[in-house]
Amino acid sequence: MRKKMLVPYLTGGIRPDWTRYLEEYERSGADAIEIGLPFSDPILDGPTIQEASDLALSRGATVAKILDDLTDIKINIPLIAMTYYNLVLHKGADRFCAELAAAGISGLIVPDLPLDEAGTLSEAAIKHGVDLTLLASPVTAPDRLAEIASRSRGFVYAISVMGTTGERDQVADAGIKLAGELRKLTDQPILLAFGISRPEHAAAAAEVSDGVVIGAALMRKILDGGDPEEMGAVLSEFRRALDTVTV
Amino acid sequence: MVEPGELGRFGDYGGRFVPESLIPACAELEEAFRDAWADPRFRRDLDRLLTVYAGRPTALTPAWRLSAELGINVLLKREDLAHTGSHKINNVLGQALLAQRMGKTRLLAETGAGQHGVATATAGALLGLGVTVYMGEKDIERQALNVYRMKMLGAEVVPVTGGSRTLKDATSEALRQWVTCVDEAHYCLGSVMGPHPYPWMVREFQRVIGDEARGQCAAELSAGIPDFVVACVGGGSNAAGTFAGFADTNARLIGVEAAGGAAVASGQTGVLHGFRSYLLQDENGQVSEAHSVAPGLDYPGVGPEHAYLNDIGRARYVMVGDDEVIPAVHRLARTEGILPALESAHAIAWVIRAAESGELPPFCTVLVTLSGRGDKDVATLMEAS
Repeated sequence: MRKKMLVPYLTGGIRPDWTRYLEEYERSGADAIEIGLPFSDPILDGPTIQEASDLALSRGATVAKILDDLTDIKINIPLIAMTYYNLVLHKGADRFCAELAAAGISGLIVPDLPLDEAGTLSEAAIKHGVDLTLLASPVTAPDRLAEIASRSRGFVYAISVMGTTGERDQVADAGIKLAGELRKLTDQPILLAFGISRPEHAAAAAEVSDGVVIGAALMRKILDGGDPEEMGAVLSEFRRALDTVTV
Repeated sequence: MVEPGELGRFGDYGGRFVPESLIPACAELEEAFRDAWADPRFRRDLDRLLTVYAGRPTALTPAWRLSAELGINVLLKREDLAHTGSHKINNVLGQALLAQRMGKTRLLAETGAGQHGVATATAGALLGLGVTVYMGEKDIERQALNVYRMKMLGAEVVPVTGGSRTLKDATSEALRQWVTCVDEAHYCLGSVMGPHPYPWMVREFQRVIGDEARGQCAAELSAGIPDFVVACVGGGSNAAGTFAGFADTNARLIGVEAAGGAAVASGQTGVLHGFRSYLLQDENGQVSEAHSVAPGLDYPGVGPEHAYLNDIGRARYVMVGDDEVIPAVHRLARTEGILPALESAHAIAWVIRAAESGELPPFCTVLVTLSGRGDKDVATLMEAS
């Protein structure tokens, strides 16, 4: 029996003391943390994460500063960067991956870089020991899904809905179905993401997957003023819900 | 100008940098366009709409008095005479017919100044398709007239409140919303940008400008082709359509960017809205806002084929500042009785500058695409005077 993975998302640089959220999340049962490196034009993000990105950028967040902030802290769970391809290209794939690795980040998710365009970054990531995780969607065709499952590193990021990041009322059937299809194709962990907004959603998603990514639901609370301790408590509820699932 | 192949590449540029959820929609669109473009019946239907509805062919007008003043021979390709007042209708009618053929019932569009939004709303009304237009909140304030026009034509106009609340954000939002409704909606993108097949498809729908002009030049000029072919470039659709008619000739192709939105001149490449090209960005890789008196040129990127034509030296890209554009509008109005759009006036302004500096040799022939009419800009022109 394997424990279900809990991966909270945090927009880097959202507050001057943003790394405190990382520490609280680790303490509250996160298995890894996805750190958003904010981009001016996040085309796969809904209103909440757009707002968080805009806020972080207006506070002067840059990739360099975010990575720099990480060097001062001690986190023992994997950190995964999530960003858009222009920020990778701007530095060059090789240097970008080298800098992630130097800051202790071991994974990378680039939502606007589909399989067909991922070659260059994939090589750079391997060279620097960074896992480039690929995304799968409910509309991905079967042979393409198989290729994504085999080329993704770290885990497979399963998008549960046809839409952007954001809170939803329930876990979409499309996501449940996608996780089931991926399960037949790979032994890699499958994490369901998008619209996992409440602890009961996380539990439902974990029935068919290896864990969940919680993004907008946490960021909404942070934007509304949730401090690191409060957010740690919120994450603990997701942890408890996931721990009730034994598959 | 060639077909970009399966990956949608023009050299290193173009591509399909979209979320996985949009990959099937882009692939479906590519296949549908390929099929339609090879189907004589589709071509006939589109040609008929362009003729009986949009008013094509548009005239090629010699700019007699301006030519005499400049000592060169200027010919204007009059896209300002097309229905809705600009070349945008060419692309929109093509995409709307294609959407109908694909069984889609709605069109989504982004718009900055509102010209492409109005054109899409028009095509939607004509063909009975629902239209939703995404428009930055800032642009909605600045372009109240076009917002009202779109609503009169039956379109829903959705304000975009994220980011800089302008065209680039409206484009991002249209892409986001397309993900949620790909089954019933077609994203009717307004320029030679976006993920493959858009840059190629939109160029093909706009090449009617260049193809017509080629034939008209052959009749008008003893040499058959002009020495220079000039068009303004924001995303670059009127330029791409014009250049397509002359790429296989000796004519020198000149794209004129707005100084405040000169992606090619910035020399920096990047990825935005699904394609790789030249892109204005800051030292951290965040996309910069473009600033031009011409709202249609307020886009931080440029179509990928223009980036390619620049790099291989087939086309040259030059810049014109706001300060040269407004005098160019007035000059064309006074000499020819034609009020050009601020966007189109960039091309005129460069021709005036280049003729006066001697860069354009005396008596050379210059074809300028006048992409749209200036009625929409009268308020801006009043403020500037």
